[in-house]
Amino acid sequence: MDPLEIARWQFGITTVYHFIMVPLTLGLGPLVAIMQTLWVRTGNERYLRMTKFWGKVYLINFIMGVATGLVQEFQFGMAWSEYSRFVGDVFGAPLAMEGLLAFFFESTFIGLWIFGWDRLPKKIHLACLWIAVLGSVASAYFIIVANSWMQHPVGVEMVDGRPVMTDIWAVLTNNTALAAFTHAIFGAIGVGSALLIGISWYHLWQRRRDGIDTVDQNGRVVVGENPAIPGRDREDHSVWLKSLRLGAVAAMIGFAGVAVTGDVQGKLMFEQQPMKMAAAEAACHDGTSFSVLSVGDLGSQNCDDVKGLIEIPGLLSFLAEGDFGTPVRGVYTLIPEYEQDYGTNLPEDEIYGERSGQEIDYLPLMEVTYWGFRIMIGFGAAATGFAALALWIARKGTVPASKPLMLLAVASIGAPFVANIAGWVFTEMGRQPFVVAPNPDPSGIDGVYMYTAAAVSPGVTGQEVIFSLVTLGLIYLALFVVEVFLLVKYVRGGVVSAMPELAAHDHYGGDGHGGARGPHSDDDVLAFAY
Amino acid sequence: MEVLHVIWFAALAFLWTGYLVLDGFDLGVGMRIWLRGRTEKQKRLMLNTIGPVWDGNEVWLITAGAGTFAAFPMWYAGLFSSLYIPLTIVLVALIFRAVSIEYRGKGHTDRWRANWDRALGLGSAVIAFGIGAMLASTTLGLPIDANGDRVGGPFAWFSWYAVLGGLAVLGFSWIHGAAFLALKASGQVRADALLAVRRWLPLAVAPLVVWVLVVQWRYGSVATWAAVVVAVVALAGSWLAARADRDGWTFACLAAFLVTGAISIFAAVFPVVLPSTVDPAYDLTVANASSGDYALTIMTWVAGVALPLILVYQAWSYWTFRRRLSEVHIPEGHEVRPAVLPR
Repeated sequence: MDPLEIARWQFGITTVYHFIMVPLTLGLGPLVAIMQTLWVRTGNERYLRMTKFWGKVYLINFIMGVATGLVQEFQFGMAWSEYSRFVGDVFGAPLAMEGLLAFFFESTFIGLWIFGWDRLPKKIHLACLWIAVLGSVASAYFIIVANSWMQHPVGVEMVDGRPVMTDIWAVLTNNTALAAFTHAIFGAIGVGSALLIGISWYHLWQRRRDGIDTVDQNGRVVVGENPAIPGRDREDHSVWLKSLRLGAVAAMIGFAGVAVTGDVQGKLMFEQQPMKMAAAEAACHDGTSFSVLSVGDLGSQNCDDVKGLIEIPGLLSFLAEGDFGTPVRGVYTLIPEYEQDYGTNLPEDEIYGERSGQEIDYLPLMEVTYWGFRIMIGFGAAATGFAALALWIARKGTVPASKPLMLLAVASIGAPFVANIAGWVFTEMGRQPFVVAPNPDPSGIDGVYMYTAAAVSPGVTGQEVIFSLVTLGLIYLALFVVEVFLLVKYVRGGVVSAMPELAAHDHYGGDGHGGARGPHSDDDVLAFAY
Repeated sequence: MEVLHVIWFAALAFLWTGYLVLDGFDLGVGMRIWLRGRTEKQKRLMLNTIGPVWDGNEVWLITAGAGTFAAFPMWYAGLFSSLYIPLTIVLVALIFRAVSIEYRGKGHTDRWRANWDRALGLGSAVIAFGIGAMLASTTLGLPIDANGDRVGGPFAWFSWYAVLGGLAVLGFSWIHGAAFLALKASGQVRADALLAVRRWLPLAVAPLVVWVLVVQWRYGSVATWAAVVVAVVALAGSWLAARADRDGWTFACLAAFLVTGAISIFAAVFPVVLPSTVDPAYDLTVANASSGDYALTIMTWVAGVALPLILVYQAWSYWTFRRRLSEVHIPEGHEVRPAVLPR
């Protein structure tokens, strides 16, 4: 069995799965911190409820990000030992910085936040959450610095065939990294805010369905309450309406940021990895128009089989160069350039195993790059549109009683996830056949590149990689079901699921101890306990 | 011998030792919840003694891994790829341990909790055994070739000392967790834990003592033997303190035993980071496995600022949650039901 292909699937699956949890952690964290800040500043109970409820959702997801992130830290060495040896001098540094400057803050202060409700002064407790959230953001920065070095190697010189770091500042301020980091953070805010919109919509709808809220003849909401349902008081309505509006506004900011940073990143990619962008367009020949829809057989890896059906003249040039006339190089122009610079065949070297001397295919899988690019943009745009719509529809204080619309709102939570995943799959697979992409542009260091075929661990067998692929795959699948089950359960429970004290007066039991109230003694129960 | 190599070897020894001391008791508590929790309240009491801190403790492991990658990429690549299957199992265990702590209280059937208890306990045991086996392998040798790649198939890493190292960290974690509970819990949980320390401490730490002695016998010097003497004194102190009902001293001396024992191991093997059992010429050392001076200098600055800061804020976290917990502190569980009108 060939370990290379399996190891690629293994890495791809575990990383994409990790990146389902991560953008939610990155996007929801700042929003929860904003809610708690509003509570600390205004003392308004509504914001405490929002903090507790969304904080609970945040934590159910957070732990999965932590757990699946552990795999990431080890698997470079496990399955990609040649890669680790080649890049360790420069790639290891941002990973170690991530541990020292991000993960320690994140994990220590999240523990202080979870258990600190009655142990810490309000403002210090709030600061703990902000530190944990900033720790997550810092970890995103460092790992993207590492990833961007693979896209655009900088700050090194080649010594005995290995890149040796000479300029950490160049690595940390790699233009690819700054564009990709901001792009990913704004994308994550899109994910977090879509969750706010979808879930708040569900609760506003449920309140109407249960006859708690009604609308008058002008369509304005008439807020009610129902003591029979724990937590369904008047304040509850404002929790969901505020959350929905906060989500919609954050979504706009997020998606605007995504568009701007994506444009910057795209222009860099046209320079740094022109083949990736030609493959994203599935374009044989130099051209200026962007294909919205193409027909033909992308899978044949022959761009002559692909015919543009709807094209926007000039848009491709605009994406690449900022004008409407400069032709953008197509696959037929680029392949000879790559062959001239990097050869037509892999070198005869034992590091390539049975692939040594094979012909190199410089064209990434066009099905993946073409559709990955369009799914990313399409789903991102759909999520933006829905956020704007939600803000408009809820302007009179609630959402329509329509069930299909509610289901659509809940389903729209998935759109930015899909966009995020598609974007990463596009950029990572668009880099093939390189694991460290050579950069022809002047800002990169020439001659620093590595074929994916040379990166895999020579001593590891295909069976071993299959073992980890199957084991981790099955466990990830099972845990995905568990996480979604718990999220649905806690979401359907509403604010009470995170604040049982709200239901203290009824048959639900509990001792009614509220976190932030009153002086405490050493015999008090913990405000939070596992 | 370059100063930077010494610094980074010491930094990684520090990170690994920190991990064993700190997550060691988390793992022990995880195992005790599974095997020694008599009631639901007791199990939750145990879980909440580590609740606020376990995640921060686990980062010592992540940073040890990433630090190895940054400072000694050849070591990182050779060690981790050689141990592909055992590390996969450790990763699975780490995933289950983390998730079970967060999720066990979020279901309300006995079966749900029993399953997560098993995941937590077994996961903790597997992590302890696996990390111990890995560290013993990197101190006593793996079959690696000139390139640092394992020869001899998926199970060629297996050796008696991998098992010894596994048992060493497993036994230490078990007893360290008990000492931690004796210090942090009250009532029946504390009484059970203290009894376990008194009864099982000599047996539980025996494999670790053997590992230390094997390393000394192979590579030891006067200085490292001195560390062993200190370790043995600390161990005796821990056992005596347990018999004298002094929880704080029991725990502190046990931690001191682990720290000095680890120092004696790391100091003895230096400068070799991964010996080859195929040919000593293939040994990975701090010199032939390291990153360049520039990378090491940068990382020294980063670690020099970050590590003291980490010690300060983690200490503050322990101080914040210094209270001894008893069963009265544990709130009743609450069931989560949909906030809808029954129809």
